[in-house]
Amino acid sequence: MDAGRDRIGTGIALPAAGAAERSAARPLRLLGLLGLVAVAAVLPPLFASSYQLFQLTLALIFAIAILGLNIVTGFNGQISLGHGAFYAVGAYATAIMMSHFDLPWWETLPVSALICAAFGFGIGFPALRLGGLYLALTTFSLAVAVPQILKYKGVEDWTGGVQGVFISKPDAPEGLGLDADQFLYLVVLAFAVAIFLLAHNLLHSRIGRAMRAIRDHSIAAEAMGMDIARIKTRTFALSAGITGLAGALSAIAIEFVAPDSFSVELSITLFVGLVVGGVGSIVGPLFGGVFAVFVPNLAESISRAAPGVIYGVILIFFLYLLPQGFAGFPQRIRALLRRRPEG
Amino acid sequence: MQGLAHQLIAGIATGGIYASVALALVMIYQSTHHLNFAQGEMATFSTYIALTLIQAGLPYWVAFLATLVISFGIGVFIERIMLRPMQNASVLANVGVFIGLLLVFRNAMGWIFDYTIKAFPTPFDTGTPLFGGLVSGHELGSTAVTLVVLGLVYVFFRFTKLGLGMRAAAFNASSSRLVGIRVGWMLALGWGLAAAIGAIAGIMIAPVVFLEPNMMLGILLYAFAGALLGGIDNPGGAVLGGFLVGIIENLGGAYLVGTELKLTLALGIIICVLLVRPTGLFGRVVQSRV
Repeated sequence: MDAGRDRIGTGIALPAAGAAERSAARPLRLLGLLGLVAVAAVLPPLFASSYQLFQLTLALIFAIAILGLNIVTGFNGQISLGHGAFYAVGAYATAIMMSHFDLPWWETLPVSALICAAFGFGIGFPALRLGGLYLALTTFSLAVAVPQILKYKGVEDWTGGVQGVFISKPDAPEGLGLDADQFLYLVVLAFAVAIFLLAHNLLHSRIGRAMRAIRDHSIAAEAMGMDIARIKTRTFALSAGITGLAGALSAIAIEFVAPDSFSVELSITLFVGLVVGGVGSIVGPLFGGVFAVFVPNLAESISRAAPGVIYGVILIFFLYLLPQGFAGFPQRIRALLRRRPEG
Repeated sequence: MQGLAHQLIAGIATGGIYASVALALVMIYQSTHHLNFAQGEMATFSTYIALTLIQAGLPYWVAFLATLVISFGIGVFIERIMLRPMQNASVLANVGVFIGLLLVFRNAMGWIFDYTIKAFPTPFDTGTPLFGGLVSGHELGSTAVTLVVLGLVYVFFRFTKLGLGMRAAAFNASSSRLVGIRVGWMLALGWGLAAAIGAIAGIMIAPVVFLEPNMMLGILLYAFAGALLGGIDNPGGAVLGGFLVGIIENLGGAYLVGTELKLTLALGIIICVLLVRPTGLFGRVVQSRV
């Protein structure tokens, strides 16, 4: 999938032979992918402690959230600095539905995703008609304002104010022989696989090409007859929905939502994860998710402020030296190897 | 009536702060078309420098001036070192650098000066209520300072050769280069000036809201709202927008939404401006040739 994307990105036409070769390599790649998923599904529940499993679950959830952000920022070129807000709305929607309406957890997920998509549409609509930095500005403001809205007295009956809402993790269905952590890990893994596949297919479809056309040259795209405001707003809604779903899963995994876990830092974490993982790459968010969960833990052992400083330095480092993020590593190395024999 | 007048005056006082930060944002936006998301954090950092200098025993106004010079230096340094290599990079990369700066500044402050909330001294007499308690000494003083600063900035850009050069560099970089203006340095000077203006805003608001690493985050939001309301490419408009937002915030906070939703009010202003009049009150519609 990487090769195909980059050829489109650099504007070099795909030769017919290449296409044939790709279709021949397809079953192989599918097998590899299945193998990877099987390994990811079997190994951690067998060998990881329940805390490690929890962290892996969180990393997958972050990966889904960052994928949502990547769809709008990486593939459609619209910068959002406030995806933490959609994550928060998804988490709160699920927590409220589970605690106030006693809905089963799996019923709340699609509803939360839809709520977030609608919310994203509402936020995206005024800003995306305009292009430029307006979306970044609006979403940044949204991210800053979100904790205050969640603490607001008028909605305290629903959101629990500063205290937040407690829910409890679902038990594994009987007969599977899994504990709750293992079950949740597998559920999140299944969601991640499904969403990454869907995103992959979508981004390689006609709509995906339209998104990238708008990113690369919006005026040309408009001249080709695309309704760019409409595509951008819908892309943003989709992206908000995916990030919201991740938020909903996080509420279930953490069993608790509170305003201060959804500060502007969360949005910035997603953004840093996006850049570090790889902007405009489908596998990039996986790296981003791992980064977002494990790097702060490592850094926190130095000082409370250290994660932030290290985050900032790493972000700037990547922007200067590795703008394609972790996902760009193999290509970088391949390019280096190719250059060497020619001298 | 008394209450309304008081809210109005308090609104003008905080509006001056928003106007200063909005002006700093617009100065950078005009010449580079980038929004400095780290402007607030840079200002807070300067305020910490001022507090350190005052605690080291310097007289207030000496510390004030020294802070401006240091902030100016930091601004120039950041432009030269961090932003210059990004000149031709994508918008995303530039936004990323601003976010990186924001993270580094905010957490470095927590690291160096710790997260506790600190009181900040005011040079103005706060003991005696003025005009029958309508306005506090600090409000009056800080409004005077911001007005003087805004006036000085206006005079600088309008009547000095350097100011003219900076305006020219922002307006048309390649033509300016042809008539011998050093465009790169003009940008760096603009950054320095913006950082110094931000520092003044930080020092003036710190006695009111107390000093902590998050101090300017909400203020940056209001400055965004002010800049958008006035027109993001119009410095005068942004200043007026800042004052307007200050008044709206205080009246809205007192009579409409309460203090709990003040940040949401800023978000609301931003969305309203984008919906109703995206160019702002005084902005121009920019038409670009393809």
